[in-house]
Parts: sequence; C-alpha cells; structure tokens
Amino acid sequence: MGRFVLKRLIYMVITLWLIATITFFLMHNLPGSPLQNEEKLPPELKEIILKEYGLDKPLPVQYVNYLGNLITGDLGNSYKYDGRKVTDMIMDGFSASATLGVQAISFGVVVGLILGCVAALRRGTWIDSGATVLSVLGVSIPSFVLGALLSYYVGVELQWLPPALWEGWEYTILPSLALSFLVIAQIARYVRTEMLEVLGQDYIKTAKAKGLGRPAVIIRHALRNALIPAITIMAPLTVALLTGTLVIEQIFAIPGMGYMFVDSIQTNDFTAIMGVTMFYSFLLVVSIFIVDILYGIIDPRIRLTGAKE
Amino acid sequence: MAMNTDQLSPELFQPAEREQGAEEAVSRKRLSYWQDVRRRFVSNKGAMIGLLLIVIIGVMSLVGPLMNDFTYSDQNTDMMNISPFEKIEGDYWLGTDHLGRDLWTRIWYGAGISLLIAIIAASLDLVVGVTYGAISGYMGGKVDDWMQRLVEVLVGVPQLVVIILLLIWLEPGIFAIALALALTGWVNMSRIVRAQMLKLKSQEYVLAARTLGANTRRMLTKHMIPNVMGPVIITLMFTIPNAIFFEAFLGFIGLGLRPPQASLGVLLNDGYQMLQLYPYQCLLPATVLSLLMFSFNLLGDGLRDALDPKLRQ
Repeated sequence: MGRFVLKRLIYMVITLWLIATITFFLMHNLPGSPLQNEEKLPPELKEIILKEYGLDKPLPVQYVNYLGNLITGDLGNSYKYDGRKVTDMIMDGFSASATLGVQAISFGVVVGLILGCVAALRRGTWIDSGATVLSVLGVSIPSFVLGALLSYYVGVELQWLPPALWEGWEYTILPSLALSFLVIAQIARYVRTEMLEVLGQDYIKTAKAKGLGRPAVIIRHALRNALIPAITIMAPLTVALLTGTLVIEQIFAIPGMGYMFVDSIQTNDFTAIMGVTMFYSFLLVVSIFIVDILYGIIDPRIRLTGAKE
Repeated sequence: MAMNTDQLSPELFQPAEREQGAEEAVSRKRLSYWQDVRRRFVSNKGAMIGLLLIVIIGVMSLVGPLMNDFTYSDQNTDMMNISPFEKIEGDYWLGTDHLGRDLWTRIWYGAGISLLIAIIAASLDLVVGVTYGAISGYMGGKVDDWMQRLVEVLVGVPQLVVIILLLIWLEPGIFAIALALALTGWVNMSRIVRAQMLKLKSQEYVLAARTLGANTRRMLTKHMIPNVMGPVIITLMFTIPNAIFFEAFLGFIGLGLRPPQASLGVLLNDGYQMLQLYPYQCLLPATVLSLLMFSFNLLGDGLRDALDPKLRQ
C-alpha cells in the first residue's frame, strides 16, 4: 500500500509541475501585453512597472521564481487589480464556489442514490423507464442551459426564488439545483447498473434465504457492494462540477472563483489566469489522487496491478 | 397409480430414426458477431430514436441554411428581435436575433459547425489514440512502460484547464477548438485501446496467427484492430457529445468562435444576453443543443448494449 500511495504521489507532483510549466510558457508567449495602453507609456515608467512585477528578468529566471513562489503558495499579484494578491482573490471566491459545489454534490448524491436504487428494484416498470430517461436527459442538458432556464422561469417569471446574486441561503438554491442535475443523472445511472449486477449475485440469495428482511438485504448487502465501483465516478464528477461552476457563476452573478476566472480571461489578467489554473489543477489532481487511494483501499486488485512493476 | 402395462407395447420404445448429420445442423440462422450487434441495435428503441434525430439534425445542418434566402451573417436592422410567433411578411421562420439575422439559418448553420468541431475532434482522438494505444499495447515491455508513464501524467491534467489555456493562446477557430479538445481526448482513447490489446494478446487465435507466420502489419490490421472496434466505437460516441458540450461551454465563457460565425455555443451565449426580453433566442439553440447531445447519448448507450458480448443471445 505504501508503495502504491508513493507512486501516485510522484505522478501527482509531475502532473502539477507539467501543468505549471505549460501554463507559464503559454502565458508568456501570448500575443498582447499585460500592460494597458503600452504605446502611450513613457519607457522609464514601463521599466519601473516591469521591474515591480519581475518581468524585466530573463525568462528562465522568471520561471524559477514562479515555481519557487508556487511551492510556497504565493501566486503573485494581480495585473488588473492593483496590489491584490491572486491567492487572496481565489480565497475570496472559493467559499461561494465551494458552497455551491458541496450543496450540489450532497443533494445530487442523495437523490441519485434513491433514484438508482428504486429503478433497479422496480426494473422494467415505468419508474425504471422514467429514471432512465431522466438520467440520459441529465447527462445531455448542459448545466448552463438548465441554469439559464431556472433563473429565467423560476426566478424572473414565477419569482419564487431570487434569479441571481449572492445574498443569503435562498440565493444558493437555484444554482445548486442546476449543478446537481448532472450529479443526480450520473449517480442514478451508475447505481442502477451496479445494483442490477449485485442483485443477481448468489450472496443476495443467501441473505434472503437465511431470513433477512428486505431492507436489510437491500441496504446492508446490495447497496453497500453496489457503491464500491460508484466511487470511481466521483473524480470525473468533481471535474464536471468545477466546469459547471464557471458558467453557472456567470449566469447567477455569483462572486465565486469561476466568475473571477472568466473575468481574468476576458481582461488578460495573466497572473490571475495562471493562479486559478494552478488552483483548479491542484484541486482536481488531488481529488483524483484521493479517489485512486480510496479505490485502492477498497479493491485490492487495483492496488496489486498498480504496484507490480 | 396403477399403470396399465398392457398399453405400453415395446414398439413405443424404438429409438428414433437417426438422420446422418442432423444433430450437427444449426437450427437457428447463424449470425456473425456483427450481424448480432446489428440485430440488437436495431431492436433498441432509444438508440434508433437517437440515430434518427442525429440524421435529421445532420441533414438539416447541411440543407437548412439553404432553405431560405438569408445567410448566417446577413443583418437587417429593420428586422431586429422578431419573435417566431409574430406574423410578419418575409421568411423569418424562427424569427431574428438582436442584429436582425435569420435565426433559422443561424441555428442550422451553428449546429453544423458544432457537429463539424465534434467530428474533427473525434477523428483526431481516433487516429492518435488508437495508434498510441495499439503500439503501446502490442509492443509491451519497455516501450509500453515508457508510453504509459507519459499517459499516467497526462491523464491527470484537467481537460478544462488545457482547453482554456490553449484557446487563450490560439485564436479561437473551428480547428483550434477541435485541436484543443483532441489534445486531451486522445489519452482516454489510447488507454481503452491498450487495455483491449493486452487482453487480445493472450488469446489463442492470436498465437495461432503468429505461429502461422503473420507479420506485425497483418496481425494488427487483420486480427487486433477489428477486435478492438467495439470499445473504440463506444468511446467515440461519447466523445462527440462531450465535444459539443465543450464547444458550447467555450462559447458561453467568451472563448468560442468569433462573430459573425455561429455555433450552438455562440448562439446560446447571444441568446442568453437577450433571455429576459426575448427568451426564444436562447430557447431555440438550447433545444437543438440538448436534443443533439441527448441523441448521441442514446445512440452511445444503445451501441454499448449492442456491442457488449456479455449480452449476446
């Protein structure tokens, strides 16, 4: 197990380094300059500004500085907002984004689980077909389409819930709902397939034969085993949710990380783009790492093939 | 229960006449694997609906823009924001957008562009992913080791980040978006092909072919690739809706195609700006986008069930 974790850890570090390097060199080869109105700037002033941001040094030195700062968690100063640290900007937005993400995941997992189980237990009935159609729809309709529709119909037309902004818990409902649809669909799909597979196993027959009640058979024996493979979809789901927050935050005007990221893309705020890119990558790579380790703990076969070399 | 033994004469217990070779005859029509796949695919209602919708949208994306006199970039400032429900002269079947462009033409044109991007991305995935995975799986040993090291690292790189960075760097265009999608997509494809290759390598018929002196080229083209087709097709079918989604996503955050070009993502973004005033401008492209993704997912599910040898009857 120790070897397996160590190996995954090394890959994780290499991946992050690769992303950092690509980000750095792409950003430095961008057409355009971080300075606004560069032509109008007196040369001596330009020099001062470049020095201030460390842009006067040769590229390799900048690269090493950048990597050094990354390790200490310093993502530099924003080019756009004078004197603001990118790390602070991310932290400001993080709580809103995290609230959305956590709410969407918890709601989605609970509803998806129930839906998937019921569909599997009532296989072939209208409930099953309904759940299947719902889950294909959930995978097919992008969260931003759903978000826009919810914001307009529930928020503006019906006025049941606030259509945008971030001023209290009721403001989180619609965006979380828009995000959770995909989670519900994916989890329901996966749980249904796994449940059907598990319900056909001999140990379920044994459990029934020894006189266990239906709830005990379903929850203790079937569901628990069906959930093991479902862990693997948590990593891609996290990725999908992060992608979703980028647009959902635009639609609902939520001051989260995604909002800030899109803003920094549109204003050429290079340090902010680099910072958020690294932060996102870090989140995703770590979540994949955790899922891998969890899966290795639960399913020894993965661990064995992973550590064979 | 007394049995009347008198009624059971010995003649009743004669062995049935045995026809030479009758027991060898196959009672049901023999189906090859692919025939069976086709049979199961055609009987899957969802998959057929998906296929039908894809064909309709595909044909309309080619024919639709030619069906009236407008082009996707024609602007008419006298005819701005006309709802499809308003009765006016002229052939604005689905109304116009905020610049007076015909929505009917733009939606079908945009659907075509979205499909084109998805198809280019999927083809790139296919070529690079299958080649890489096949070489890695077939060669094995040290080559495989090193090739998989690279994949292990690349697989951790989030697609979202790469696509956004690349599009900030490149000028967003049809090919740039497809390239950005393929750059991260092929890794997944190569892993699937490699896993299949490894499985196939230990099968007897491959050993037999090798013993009979088939060279590498023949081994790959005649034995390996046809047997890897199933999972490749399935992966491809799910790559396409993913590409369509990402294209729309990029359009929405302002990294999509530049105006006056249209794709479903660009149309959605334009329409979204007008959502409060003219909801149809957002709803129409949203419907086409969702239908398209829905159909590809249905088709993919259907193909997955049809190609799964475990479900073969």
